[in-house]
Amino acid sequence: MDRIPILKMGDFLLVTIQVDMHDQLASALQDDLTSKIVDAKAKGVLIDISSLDIVDSFIGRMLANTSAMARVLDAQTVVVGMQPAVAITLVELGLNLSGVHTALDVEKGMEMLRRRIGVPDLDRDTSGQR
Amino acid sequence: MTIPIPKLLLNQRNEILQEWLHQQLSAPNLRTDLISEAELRADSERFLNVFSGAVKSGNVSDILSPEYKPVLEMLGDFSRSRGLQGFSPSETATFVFSFKQPLFSALRKSGQQDPAELVENMWVADLLLDKLGLYTTEVYQRSREDVIRRQQEEMLELSTPVVQLWEGILALPLIGTLDSTRTSVVMETLLQSIVDTRSELAIIDITGVPTVDTLVAQHLLKTVAAARLMGADCIISGIRPQIAQTMVHLQIDLSTVTTKATMAEALRFALNRNSGASPSILKAPFAKE
Repeated sequence: MDRIPILKMGDFLLVTIQVDMHDQLASALQDDLTSKIVDAKAKGVLIDISSLDIVDSFIGRMLANTSAMARVLDAQTVVVGMQPAVAITLVELGLNLSGVHTALDVEKGMEMLRRRIGVPDLDRDTSGQR
Repeated sequence: MTIPIPKLLLNQRNEILQEWLHQQLSAPNLRTDLISEAELRADSERFLNVFSGAVKSGNVSDILSPEYKPVLEMLGDFSRSRGLQGFSPSETATFVFSFKQPLFSALRKSGQQDPAELVENMWVADLLLDKLGLYTTEVYQRSREDVIRRQQEEMLELSTPVVQLWEGILALPLIGTLDSTRTSVVMETLLQSIVDTRSELAIIDITGVPTVDTLVAQHLLKTVAAARLMGADCIISGIRPQIAQTMVHLQIDLSTVTTKATMAEALRFALNRNSGASPSILKAPFAKE
């Protein structure tokens, strides 16, 4: 069974999701990610979903949960690369991924992480909370 | 009883055509301003040809069957071009109805039938030509509906521009009512602009939105949520005092969105916010490093 690779970039971890997620893959990812956050003392996690054409409630929940797990370990998560059509679908379905921060791409995601980690942040997450 | 119409059209084609043309050209409401005699002659011949071809099959009632396809095609083109020339749908249909007279008089003159048969034949021809005449009206209506639909689409496109106000700041001035169709268009346009310009802020100005009720507010909040998923924050500006009151009375929850009364205020807020993160934003936009 494949596992989703996690790359280390300085203080951050980068996860790129390119395949359909199913239960086993999702929980394997969460295992690997939480371990790696601790091992690498990572302060930030970027989850790149630019390859996903469809994001359903399962993936939405997975992203929200992973984000929460990382926060417990004192790492901020940013989901990047959401396609416009995917964003519209999520909003129409009423899944607004509350508690998950988002950015347009990896570059902006890293900017956001640096801001959030260094400075009291001025951004709102997807539910509008600071 | 064999229907004599096909044979008549074959044997007496010229007489029927001449009588029809004579009758059309001497009609009191002939639109000589819109059509020439030569064109009228050509149209009449064309109709006579396809009509004869169709009734030859023996089918004189079902205009939807394949034998009548050439007739319907000809009448479709005819109706559309007459419409473009400025004829009213009644004038166009009358062209077909006017064929009854020469056909009936040919039937009468053919003489070989008893009165009951004659009436029967005339009735059959009458019904058939009625159907064909009404068909031209339907085609006319359908093409009007196409025009209206196309105009609606154009209006939709025109009314949702997205403007880049500053580096990383988009402005979306909404004009007109915000229903669910427009909201989809707005969302798509906005999100695509966010991708294209890599903006992190969008100012949605609703000065031009006449009424804001719970439904409109829902649409606005959906748009804001979608933009956030793409990493861009939204500011809603252009809120008139009356709208502010209405929103509170309707208990619309805007606590998750930054709101400003005017776009100027929204722009000032946006620039300040950005300058906190990267001072370079205060340079002229798009300046090269």
